[in-house]
Amino acid sequence: MNAVLNELWPYFLMILVGYLPNEVWRVFGLILARGLNEESEVVVWSRAVATAILAGVIAKLVLFSTGALAAVPLPIRILATAVGFIVFLGAKRSVFAGVFAGEVALLLGAFLFAG
Amino acid sequence: MRVWPVAAPRTLWDTWVPAMSAPAAFSSSSAAFLAGLKTALTSVFALVLAGTYIGIGALTHDFGLSSWWLAISTALVWAAPAQVILITTLTSGAALFEIALAVTLSAVRLFPMVVALMPVLRGPTTRLRDLLLPTHFTAVSMWVESLRLLPRIAHQWRIPFCNGMSCGYMTTAVVFGFVGFYLAAGLPALLAGGLLFLTPMSFLMSTARNARMMVDRLGLVFGLVIGPLLTVLDVGLDLMWTGIVGGTLAYVIHRAREAMT
Repeated sequence: MNAVLNELWPYFLMILVGYLPNEVWRVFGLILARGLNEESEVVVWSRAVATAILAGVIAKLVLFSTGALAAVPLPIRILATAVGFIVFLGAKRSVFAGVFAGEVALLLGAFLFAG
Repeated sequence: MRVWPVAAPRTLWDTWVPAMSAPAAFSSSSAAFLAGLKTALTSVFALVLAGTYIGIGALTHDFGLSSWWLAISTALVWAAPAQVILITTLTSGAALFEIALAVTLSAVRLFPMVVALMPVLRGPTTRLRDLLLPTHFTAVSMWVESLRLLPRIAHQWRIPFCNGMSCGYMTTAVVFGFVGFYLAAGLPALLAGGLLFLTPMSFLMSTARNARMMVDRLGLVFGLVIGPLLTVLDVGLDLMWTGIVGGTLAYVIHRAREAMT
């Protein structure tokens, strides 16, 4: 019995402190979105807020990296981001081209200057 | 009659078929679902998700959770940032309340995403229960692609198309979570760093590509600046404030510009 409980415990925690606190925002959104249309001001504002939060996450991932990415020096991470974005703009806003260029810049930089 | 009007990206290089004048239609819901599935599996986001979840799979292995735990959390939580928080805190002895708070803060962004997506999905005859699945599926990749592709599809096919696309993304994430989990032991540090870099890169560029209106571009720029600033200043609930301050600022400027013209 105890062994079964120990097996299931991480799944129980996943639902309690992972699934529920995450899903609640989706459900709120569904409830609040009723009766709104694509052009309504609340939707435009909501999109701006979501975009800003996402941008905040992006900037934090690059500037305050964790794990293996933290081993790459900060100037290289910033430079690689800039290279990726410039290629993205130059290649008719191709996400693939931009991500690829950014990755190459990061790996090259890390290999040459940090290795 | 063969109906295949949805302009699925023809190559990974994101060549885009110019917007059609008439909205795309399908012969049945399953045709729309399959077209969505195909769109997902051939889009650059499938590649990005694969990379992201290889990284998360490796992380899961390192923190001593099982590969099936990851697969189920991908299906249930379906948000990479929340999953990363969960994986890194669950076994670290952090208080459960603290973990739940961190997860819920990382998930605030889902709220405005759902609010912005629902009006695009909903047609005149849509029932609430039809929207439950797309609501659960809402995540960055699906959201960005839905806002881009759904307006070109006739209303009645949007939900099955969206569900098909989401299933494609979720399956990709689950499969590559397993791949990363079992690669973990042999992954060199440099490549692991490169994998972790995939997430900010792809999020940045997909958001930038989707930001066609000035208000969205401003939101992006303000978020990039305010987010790290609040972190440096050690402001609590920094992501929530980044969104509210950055997004509202962008919205106010957008309204002021509209009022002037």
